[in-house]
Amino acid sequence: MSSADLRDLYQQVIMDHNKKPRNFREMSDANHLAHGNNPLCGDALVVFVKLDDDVIDDVSFQGSGCAISVASASLMTEALKGKTLAEAEALYEQVHKQMTGEDVDSATLGKLAVLSGVKEFPARVKCATLSWHTMHAAMDSDHNLSVTTE
Amino acid sequence: MSRLDLQAIRQDFPILDQSINGHPLVYLDNAASSQKPIQVIDAVANYYRKDNANVHRGVHRLSQRATDAYEGARDKVRGFVNAKSDKEIIFVRGATEAINLVAQSFVRPQLQVGDEILISHLEHHANIVPWQILCEQTGAKLKVIPMTEVGELDLSTFDDLLTTRTKILAVGHVSNALGTINSVKEMIVKAHAKNIPVLIDGAQAVPHMVVDVQDLDCDFYVFSGHKMFAPTGIGALYGKQDLLAEMPPWQGGGDMILSVSFEHTQYNELPYKFEAGTPNIAGTIGLGAAIDYMQNLGISNLAEHEHNLLVAATEKVNAIDGVRIIGTAEHKASVLSFMIEGVHPHDVGTIFDQQGVAIRTGHHCAQPVMQFYGIPATARASFAFYNTMEEVDALVLGIKKVQELFA
Repeated sequence: MSSADLRDLYQQVIMDHNKKPRNFREMSDANHLAHGNNPLCGDALVVFVKLDDDVIDDVSFQGSGCAISVASASLMTEALKGKTLAEAEALYEQVHKQMTGEDVDSATLGKLAVLSGVKEFPARVKCATLSWHTMHAAMDSDHNLSVTTE
Repeated sequence: MSRLDLQAIRQDFPILDQSINGHPLVYLDNAASSQKPIQVIDAVANYYRKDNANVHRGVHRLSQRATDAYEGARDKVRGFVNAKSDKEIIFVRGATEAINLVAQSFVRPQLQVGDEILISHLEHHANIVPWQILCEQTGAKLKVIPMTEVGELDLSTFDDLLTTRTKILAVGHVSNALGTINSVKEMIVKAHAKNIPVLIDGAQAVPHMVVDVQDLDCDFYVFSGHKMFAPTGIGALYGKQDLLAEMPPWQGGGDMILSVSFEHTQYNELPYKFEAGTPNIAGTIGLGAAIDYMQNLGISNLAEHEHNLLVAATEKVNAIDGVRIIGTAEHKASVLSFMIEGVHPHDVGTIFDQQGVAIRTGHHCAQPVMQFYGIPATARASFAFYNTMEEVDALVLGIKKVQELFA
């Protein structure tokens, strides 16, 4: 039973994104960025966003963290590219609901549905949401912001 | 072979008899907080059932009993660290509060701008931050004894770090992150040769070894109860009587006074001068019971068994490819910090938990140690005397499971 649960958390897609995170780079022409930290485990990342009007032209991240936080950040950058701010905000809410065990339409989540296993591991929800909180903080301001989840 | 009857000992710890995620609980997070034997739990419960009242107050029977139990616990703590007098034992919330007390009451009044406080690179945040606050308040400087790659203190520059401006040396007896046992006695001799007082943070030492403050000749020794099988929220500060006597009270309130008028308050004598307000009576009684429990088993017997667990665990973990032990000092308490190649410690912790094995993952409130090694965190297994060789094997299996999953 326990092994099956672990496989739900550490799905192949998550392991793959942890090993080879997508959009893992500094973005020199970003017009929004924020720092995210989880002092509990030492996860620290930066999310870079290039907004063109209200469309996310590019999004990337850098930093270090556990498999869940790195994979979640990587998946997030893939999901957000080309989305409008309103779409990104809606997705942010869906992701949040998924991880806290609320009902969500998995079709709207696409690949992000692989993170659903996190809800069975309450201690790890913050790992999976760190990049999303950081992205949210980046969108909210032109300034260099820090967010903390603990 | 262990001199301890582990089967009988484990029956004293009811919490150990449970399943986590379908596996028997293997509790290897003792450096964070230890479990409590039934003797401690009963002592606390019986106090509330039979003797609860405020101390040092009433003439009624319950207050007398509560006072006797409270002061009885103080005498047990005195014996436990071999202090000369009960007046030298101050009850506090824990090691953290004790360090803050010494920083504010003993060190602060002496400090001038440019004076120095000497700590080490191995310290827990509890023995860093109170001194940083003090430096901000006074303009004093924080100096740090460096560490070596194996996780020992590098004492090659120690003599130079002890200057005419050093107002206190505050150093851990045992590192919580790595388990290193520091040669504090040698450091105390050198500091005293320059008239520098010394505080020893013994939070990680008292669960594992006999501590003798007279032999060490430290000026202050601090520890927490919850890491040595006693309740949370209780700890003790040992201080040499002549130093404590000169120090101003840290907090004001009831119980720390002899007389109060609006013109003048006369402070109580030691140790009550430092115990404002109704204390954690139940906690002290639990602490006394924990000391009884450890002494009945024999602290050197506990230390011997824990050492055997550490040696076995170190050997077995070293034999696994792709695992690096962080902290390989010659003298260690039963703490094993490690990294599994390619896997973040937080993931390690979750996978262990799924197998019922509780370990700590993170920076262990010792971020400078993590920065030294260039890592954000480690996984840490820490043993108590109730742990078994089978539980060492569970640790090894846990590591293999992580490697299998992350292969």
